[in-house]
Amino acid sequence: MTTTDTTAAARGRALPVTDLSLVVLIGASGSGKSTFARRHFKPTEVISSDFCRGLVADDENDQSASRDAFDVLHYIAGKRLAAGRRTVVDATSVQQEARRQLIDLARQHDVLPIAIVLDVPEQVCAERNAARTDRAGMPRRVLQRHTRELRRSLRHLEREGFRKVHVLRGVEEVEHATVVTEKRFNDLTHLTGPFDIVGDVHGCASELEALLGKLGYVDGVHPEGRTAVFVGDLVDRGPDSPGVLRRVMAMVKSGNALCVPGNHENKFGRHLKGRKVQHTHGLAETIAQMEGESEEFRAEVREFVEGLVSHYVLDGGKLVVCHAGLPEKYHGRTSGRVRSHALYGDTTGETDEFGLPVRYPWAEDYRGRAAVVYGHTPVPEATWLNNTICLDTGAVFGGKLTALRWPERELVDVPAERVWYEPVRPLRTEAPGGHEGRPLDLADVHGRRVVETRHMGRVGVREENAAAALEVMSRFALDPRLLPYLPPTMAPTATSQRDGYLEHPEEAFARYAQDGVARVVCEEKHMGSRAVALVCRDASVAVRRFGAAGGETGSLYTRTGRPFFDDAEMTEEVLGRLRTAVTEAGLWEELATDWLLLDAELMPWSLKASGLLRSQYAAVGAAAGAVFPSALAALEGAAARGVDVGELLTRQRERAGAAAGFTDAYRRYCWTTDGLDGVRLAPFQILAVQGRSLAALPHDRQLALIDRMVEHDATGLLRTTRRLFVDTADPESVRAGVDWWLEMTGRGGEGMVVKPVDALARDGAGRLVQPGIKCRGREYLRIVYGPEYTRPENLARLRSRFLGHKQSLALREYALGLEALDRLADGEPLWRVHEPVFAVLALESEPVDPRL
Amino acid sequence: MFLTISTTGSAQRPATDLGFLLHKHPEKAQAFSTSYGTAHVLYPEADAERCTAALLLEVDAVALVRRSKGKGRGGAPDAALAQYVNDRPYAASSLLAVALGSVFSTAMRGVCAARPELPGVPLPLRVEVPALPARGGAALVRRLFEPLGWEVTAEPVPLDTEFPDWGDSRHIRLTLRSTALTLAEALRHLYVLLPVLDDAKHYWVAPDEVDKLLRVGDGWLAGHPERELITRRYLSHRWSLTRRAQERLELVRLAEADDSEVEDLDNAVEPETEDEEKPTPLGVQRREAILAVLRASGAARVLDLGCGQGQLVQALLKEPAFTEIVGVDVSMRALTIASRRLKLDRMGERQASRVTLLQGSLAYTDKRLKGYDAAVLCEVIEHLDLPRLPALEYAVFGSARPRTVCVTTPNVEYNVRWESLPAGKVRHGDHRFEWTREEFRDWARTVAERHRYEVEFLPVGPDDPEVGPPTQMAVFRLDTPKPGTTNSVTSKPVTPKEAKAA
Repeated sequence: MTTTDTTAAARGRALPVTDLSLVVLIGASGSGKSTFARRHFKPTEVISSDFCRGLVADDENDQSASRDAFDVLHYIAGKRLAAGRRTVVDATSVQQEARRQLIDLARQHDVLPIAIVLDVPEQVCAERNAARTDRAGMPRRVLQRHTRELRRSLRHLEREGFRKVHVLRGVEEVEHATVVTEKRFNDLTHLTGPFDIVGDVHGCASELEALLGKLGYVDGVHPEGRTAVFVGDLVDRGPDSPGVLRRVMAMVKSGNALCVPGNHENKFGRHLKGRKVQHTHGLAETIAQMEGESEEFRAEVREFVEGLVSHYVLDGGKLVVCHAGLPEKYHGRTSGRVRSHALYGDTTGETDEFGLPVRYPWAEDYRGRAAVVYGHTPVPEATWLNNTICLDTGAVFGGKLTALRWPERELVDVPAERVWYEPVRPLRTEAPGGHEGRPLDLADVHGRRVVETRHMGRVGVREENAAAALEVMSRFALDPRLLPYLPPTMAPTATSQRDGYLEHPEEAFARYAQDGVARVVCEEKHMGSRAVALVCRDASVAVRRFGAAGGETGSLYTRTGRPFFDDAEMTEEVLGRLRTAVTEAGLWEELATDWLLLDAELMPWSLKASGLLRSQYAAVGAAAGAVFPSALAALEGAAARGVDVGELLTRQRERAGAAAGFTDAYRRYCWTTDGLDGVRLAPFQILAVQGRSLAALPHDRQLALIDRMVEHDATGLLRTTRRLFVDTADPESVRAGVDWWLEMTGRGGEGMVVKPVDALARDGAGRLVQPGIKCRGREYLRIVYGPEYTRPENLARLRSRFLGHKQSLALREYALGLEALDRLADGEPLWRVHEPVFAVLALESEPVDPRL
Repeated sequence: MFLTISTTGSAQRPATDLGFLLHKHPEKAQAFSTSYGTAHVLYPEADAERCTAALLLEVDAVALVRRSKGKGRGGAPDAALAQYVNDRPYAASSLLAVALGSVFSTAMRGVCAARPELPGVPLPLRVEVPALPARGGAALVRRLFEPLGWEVTAEPVPLDTEFPDWGDSRHIRLTLRSTALTLAEALRHLYVLLPVLDDAKHYWVAPDEVDKLLRVGDGWLAGHPERELITRRYLSHRWSLTRRAQERLELVRLAEADDSEVEDLDNAVEPETEDEEKPTPLGVQRREAILAVLRASGAARVLDLGCGQGQLVQALLKEPAFTEIVGVDVSMRALTIASRRLKLDRMGERQASRVTLLQGSLAYTDKRLKGYDAAVLCEVIEHLDLPRLPALEYAVFGSARPRTVCVTTPNVEYNVRWESLPAGKVRHGDHRFEWTREEFRDWARTVAERHRYEVEFLPVGPDDPEVGPPTQMAVFRLDTPKPGTTNSVTSKPVTPKEAKAA
């Protein structure tokens, strides 16, 4: 918009250049563009057409390669602009067509196109070119054409679309000019508030005063120095638009408020400038109210409206405020369409039954990290969707006037005094994301992905694993809203070299000692199936916090996110019993929550794995049981006849014994249940509650909380987890741990899990240590490694098992699980919680020895 | 891993001749090493009246697993072999048959150098196999052995006597008796029929397997009434492309993680239907009805959401009016089969450019699916759990928003007309629900209203006056009011510009 005329050779002129813009240098060959660019911009900011010619044709002066060279130039410039980096194009750009392409590029990326013209006499250019070996042969007519075209262009540059045009005339001026980087108007990232962002006021002056009062403002000033931010639509429809304007303008003027324009200010502004606009949608009321106002006030309003910036980026980029919402790629950008989206939003092109345009649900697609706070569309309640929130709660339609405290993220509202204006259509009862609220997008989970975790950095997911997870998640899993976590896999202890053992707790204790973990807890490994329970205090909490739609009060699911029971009533019965136990134990109050997420084991194993038990385990036992009596009888018969059967008979007797041991082993995991009779649930960790992940809560305190739940369960469903605390540096204590395990597994127990008491432990190098190491019992392992795995020749071979991948997998899944819990606790959008949950499922399909 | 062969005799014709026939001395216990363990031959009884030879194969289970290539399951031809917990060390499987064939190879050929007259003479024979894995159960065992002249006793082995409700295992305790067969014939029967009953083999079937079958089956297989089944099963594990496509190891692992059987998860494609397409008359009618709707809608760019094995995509490709056809399915196996069915890799460029197959899921919105003329959901919605149907509704009608959407689903009322369908059963194991006409219409009307579509209902198949058609179809059309004809409730028409400012 600024043309600086420089006929008078001003020395040392300062040229303002916006920090994010496309700068087009314009000048004939030899006018000094490259030198100028080198002097005033970073080398990486500058792309020259000569360089691109070199890239595609090995010759910087090969004019026949120009077309390809400019394709490359535009491509690179496009990538830089998309990434939000200022870019300087060093090419002659004396032809309008060449400039048009660059202006289109700038518009495409919503940045300002800026022209800097180097108008140097043709003779100077010719001399400079002659001094360069690579350009010495350039015909003079080329330069003449450049100069001619430049002259012709000068007058039109602004009309062509350049938002700033700097013309430097003569060698002197080019020499002495300096470039001054300017911030964009919308860039207020340096302001950190705290802010109180106020929704659409629409002339409701009295409600505004009430809200400001409730927020703590005294005559437009907050004693703690907070800043109000208005999302626009101050005027129209309501009873006192001038009063609202007066208040807001004064607050903005005194630095106590910021304001972005709404579509109603925009239209009102055009009216004030004398343009012909239809006096609809409440503008008539504003015009009538303004009639009593002074010409001076009208001028002030006109100026105020004209000076409003379409949107603001605040608080280090964490907060974006605008009227109608803004997709991430428009944040901090400057173009007509950015302004238009900020003011009007986007529409689908359809109209609804009231003849009003259907708004495009941009917030559903929103995946940005900055919170976007906006208004424009009246909704009954302000709710977060994908880190965006609409604060227009229809004050003028008799709803309420709402403000958001930032960074506290608290909502403050005052009710409308009355219905000031009848809405054309009823306030939508739905959140902007469709009736089910928060759809997930395939792009959030599909294909090769990397999930950023706070405890372990980037965790990758391969495409084939994501594909398998998509299938299971889509066809079998619960609604992702009720599936906020999946448990990680667990690595076994290092292989034992002890006679007769493949696993033994000694290695687990030693491992933690080596990792610098002094106190560990040994927890009895329950003989069931992993189950995660999301327990809400009542159905309304499930609706409010998790968006449950079917009247459920939570969920109970398996390691792969499938409902544990096909029968929803059975799930509710379990949740009901859990809820009672939590209530009786007083944990809702103590943990200040109305929901909790539990990690647990559900027994018996046969409840879920009966198919597998029958087809695999029992079948093996049956075959062994059928064959050994005959085989032994045959051997005994031969031996009785005096045939030397050597060790064959003894060995077959041992094998028969091992097979019987196998059958005994799996039978311990099977019992008959009827409804919930016979079903047991052993919770062992409270994963998260409202606002908090409890993943770092030490296990002794975890178990103490859970013990209280178990004590208060009168139904017999809940089972405690037996435990023993071991000091890994104390041989006495370690021995006690080993004895405990021997005793437990000797009685047929599955084994135990050793965990650092202080959960979320790290080793000396700061790396996460395994959250738990399982030590499985000798008899139990028959189910895993086969009935006869304990034979010395078998054990010898089985010891060469490879644990590295399993351990790495366990840690990666653990980090993803922690991430899901943190995101859940922070109230992040569903897609953010779903991302690591999905990744855990995907990782579970990685190739790893399934017996570990 | 164990079987016995017994015979009876007399002083004139001593039973111990069995030792000559088998080339194994009755007074010795002999061991032979085979590739999967050691085979032992010994005689629990051996006198003139009775002689029993026992073959005991000690399978090396650890070696069996280690030998199977690849990590996790599925490296071996028989997936069960990759598990340490499997019945191979105890059951009479193909491993035992191979051992039988190598330990008694001469006897199987019917050769006896010392007593050349013996092999041709039928003997009173009794074969016992205490644990025979038999897919098809006792009935099939009888059908296989009885035509060959055996008297069969086949008792199922219970899975676990402590849990009687679990029923029987797939193992049979088998006893065969005959007086009309030679030993060589008996061995050949066992050599072929043990693996056929097991229906799994531990080795890759090589091309010479056909010759082997012809040789060993000489004289008895050609006339066997179950010849086809025997041949198919004996040679089946040649692992066609189809089978290989099925090896979705990722799903196998997810099933394992959840203590489930892989069939519970990897069941998007029914094993029976994937080899040969046997279009049911109703399936054809459905496809015709859908094509008619699509033709009438004037659609050129069409989505087949839940395309399965690509039958509809194939039909669409035959009509040039459909310029872009996108098949979407969540099952990678279904897509692989569809791709093979369509011969995508061999299709000409122009044809191939009309069709795309994508993995996608209607539980998520998907930007790739926006802007199409029409979408088909043919027998798809009933495969979703009802609580997850709203996500599909939004993904299709709210987000992808094709101009025409064609949805078909079974009409549960019609189920009483299927003679083979037991009352109260759904038509397909994976159907999570089946709707009456009223339920379907209620759902469709709600969806249409919410997403501003118009909907009409069409029958597919014979429209029974009482229970309606077997398949019900809803055709949704995007309800875009033409300018000026809006039945707006506002008092005056709203111009777009005005409306924008609202």
